Amino acid sequence: MPNVALRMEHVYKKFLKGEVYNSLRDLLPALTGRMFRQQSLNNEDKREFWALQDISFEVKRGESLGIVGPNGAGKSTILKILSRIMQPTRGSMLVNGRLSALIEVGAGFHQDLTGRENIYLNGTILGMTKREIDSKIDQIIEFSGIEEFIDTPVKRYSSGMFARLGFSVAAHVDPDVLIVDEVLSVGDYVFQQKCMDRMRSILERGTTVLFVSHNTKAVTELCTQSLLLRHGQTAMLGPTDEVIRNYLSESRAQGAVVTNKSVYISQVKVRGSSGERSTFESGDTAYVDVEVIARQPREKLAVVIWLTDDKEYIIFDTSTERLGYEPFSLQTGESYHCTFELTLNMAHGSFNVCTAIYRYDIQKTYDSQLAALTLFIGSTMAVRGAVNCFPRLLEAGTSALAAPSVAADF
Amino acid sequence: MLKELKELYKYRGLLMMITYRDIRVRYKQSVMGFMWAVLMPILIVMSGVVIRYAYALASHAPLKTADIGSVAVKSLPWAFLVSSIRFSCYSLTNNWSLVTKIYFPKEIFPIAAMLASLFDFLVASGALIILLIFLRPGFGLSLLWIPVLLIAMVLMAVGVGLIVSAGSLFFRDVKFIVEVFLTFGIFFTPVFYDVRMLGEKGKWLELNPLSPIIEGFSACIIHHQTPNLPWLGYAISVALLSCFGGYAFFKHLQPAFAEAI
Repeated sequence: MPNVALRMEHVYKKFLKGEVYNSLRDLLPALTGRMFRQQSLNNEDKREFWALQDISFEVKRGESLGIVGPNGAGKSTILKILSRIMQPTRGSMLVNGRLSALIEVGAGFHQDLTGRENIYLNGTILGMTKREIDSKIDQIIEFSGIEEFIDTPVKRYSSGMFARLGFSVAAHVDPDVLIVDEVLSVGDYVFQQKCMDRMRSILERGTTVLFVSHNTKAVTELCTQSLLLRHGQTAMLGPTDEVIRNYLSESRAQGAVVTNKSVYISQVKVRGSSGERSTFESGDTAYVDVEVIARQPREKLAVVIWLTDDKEYIIFDTSTERLGYEPFSLQTGESYHCTFELTLNMAHGSFNVCTAIYRYDIQKTYDSQLAALTLFIGSTMAVRGAVNCFPRLLEAGTSALAAPSVAADF
Repeated sequence: MLKELKELYKYRGLLMMITYRDIRVRYKQSVMGFMWAVLMPILIVMSGVVIRYAYALASHAPLKTADIGSVAVKSLPWAFLVSSIRFSCYSLTNNWSLVTKIYFPKEIFPIAAMLASLFDFLVASGALIILLIFLRPGFGLSLLWIPVLLIAMVLMAVGVGLIVSAGSLFFRDVKFIVEVFLTFGIFFTPVFYDVRMLGEKGKWLELNPLSPIIEGFSACIIHHQTPNLPWLGYAISVALLSCFGGYAFFKHLQPAFAEAI
C-alpha cells in the first residue's frame, strides 16, 4: 500500500465574483450586449478571485492534518477540491483509498423520513453499502442516544438531535481518509466529548484525517501537523502547537494594526508568578497587564477584561471600575497601566483573554482586543467540563438497602 | 463515457436509495397514497374521452371502445414522461445541499427522479391492465413490441431529464420553460387523438419524437399492428441521441455544479 494518503501539489483555484447570469432571460441580452462592447472582456479579469494559490501538502497514511485560518482563507475550498466536488483550476491532487467527508452533518437527511430511514439514506450517501449499515445500525442508534425517537420523522427532531444523528452516521463510515469540517461543534457538552473520543478512536484505527476547525483546542488534540492558511496561501505548515500559536498571534497582530483610535490598548501581557507565559495549571494564579495609550484626551475610562472559551462564549468578565477603581482620564500622549490578578479555576482547555477600553456612563467602547492572548490550561484527568470545582472524594462505598424502606416506596 | 458509466454502476446502491427515498416521500405524506400514481392518468383518460366524444359527434362516427382503450393506453406513457421530466428538472436544485457538499455522480438525481416516475407508471399499468380486461382488446404477437417502446420511452425521459436538470441549475427560468412545454405538449402529441385523424398533415406531428412511441403503444396493444417502423426508428434514434448527448452534456457541466448554485 502506498504510504501517502493525501497529496496536493501546487493547487490553484479561481472563482469569478460579481454578476453571474443565472437566467436565460438575463444571459441572452448580456451576450448580445457583449458583442458590441469590447471592453467588457477586460472587466472579466478584475472579477477573478483566487481562493487558493499554490497549496501543496502531503499527509501520510494514518496521520492527521489540521487546517486552520480565518474565515475566507480557503479552508473549505481545499476540502471541496479533495472531496472532488470542485476541480482545481491548476495543480494536481491525489487521494489513496476511500474518502469520506463529514462536511455538513445531516446534509443528506430528508425531513419526512424517520431517523432509521435517514440512517440508511445518509449512510449510503456517505459511501456505505446496505449490508454495512445493517451491521452497524444498532451501534449508530446507540451512539446517537436517541433510540426513543428513531422511528419518528426527523422534522420533529430538535436541532441537537438532528445533528447528533448526523454525526453518528458519519462517524461510523470507516473510510481510509476522513475529512472533517466543523462538525464536532454539535450537540451538548457530553455529546461533544463523545465525538472527540470517537475521533480519537478513528485515528487510532489508522484512518487518515484532515480536520478543519475554528476550535483550536480540538485541532491541537487531534492533529500532529497543521496547515495555516491566509488569503488562500500557505502561511505555515508544521507541528500543530507552533501553527496554532502562530495563528493566534497573527490574528492578534491584526487587531493592533489599527492605530487611528483616540485611545488604544498598546499592550496585553499574561504573567505567572515568574514571568510571561501562556500555559497554566488549573488553579494557578495569573497576572494580566494592560497598557492603554491616548492620542487625544479622553475621560471616565475603564479597562475591561474578559475570558472566552474556544467557542467565543464569555465565561468571565470584570473591569477596573467594577473592582472599585475610579474611572481614569488621559491627556494626549499619556498612558495608563493596570494589572489584574486572576485565579484560573477553569478546567482543561484554551481560553482567550479579551480586553477593551470602555466608558460606562455613555456605554462607549473605544478600543478592544478580542482574543488578545490565549491561555492554555493543562489537562487534569480528574475533571471534565468548563470549570474546575476542585473536587475531593470524601466518602464512597457500597451498602445494602434496608428492605423495609424499599417496600414502603411502592 | 465508459469510465463514467462504470462509476455510476459503482454507485447503484445510492441510486436505488435515492429512488426509494423519492418514492417513499411521495407516498408517505399523501392522503391518497398509491392513488397518486393513477390520478393523473385517470384525468388524462377522462379528458381524452371528452375530446373523443366531441370528435365523434362532429364527424358523425360512433365512439368505439377501441378509441377509449387507445386513449387509456397512450395516457400512461404521456403521464410518465411529464412527471419524469418535471421531477428531473427540480431534482438537482431540490438536493442542492448534497450537490454542493458530497461527491458522487450527480446524474443519480435526475435518473432517480425518472425511476420514481417509472414506479408510478408501473402502478398505473396495473390499473390499466384491469381496465383492459373489461375492454377486451385481445392478445397478439404485436404485444412483443412493448419492451422496445418502453426502452425508447425511458431513454427519452433520461435524456431530457439530464439536460433540463443541469440546465435549471444554471438558469432559473429553464424550469418555467419546461413547465410550459409540458403543459402544452399534450396538444402536439397524439394522446387524445390519433395522427391519422389529421390526414396528410399528421406527418408533421410525427416529427415530435414522442409521437411514434406513444402511437406505438396504442398500435400494438389496441390495434394489434406493428408500430410505424420508420418513424419508430426515428424516435429511437432521437431517444438514443438525447440520452447519450444529454449524459455527455451533464457530465461536462457537472464539475461546475458546486459553484453554480
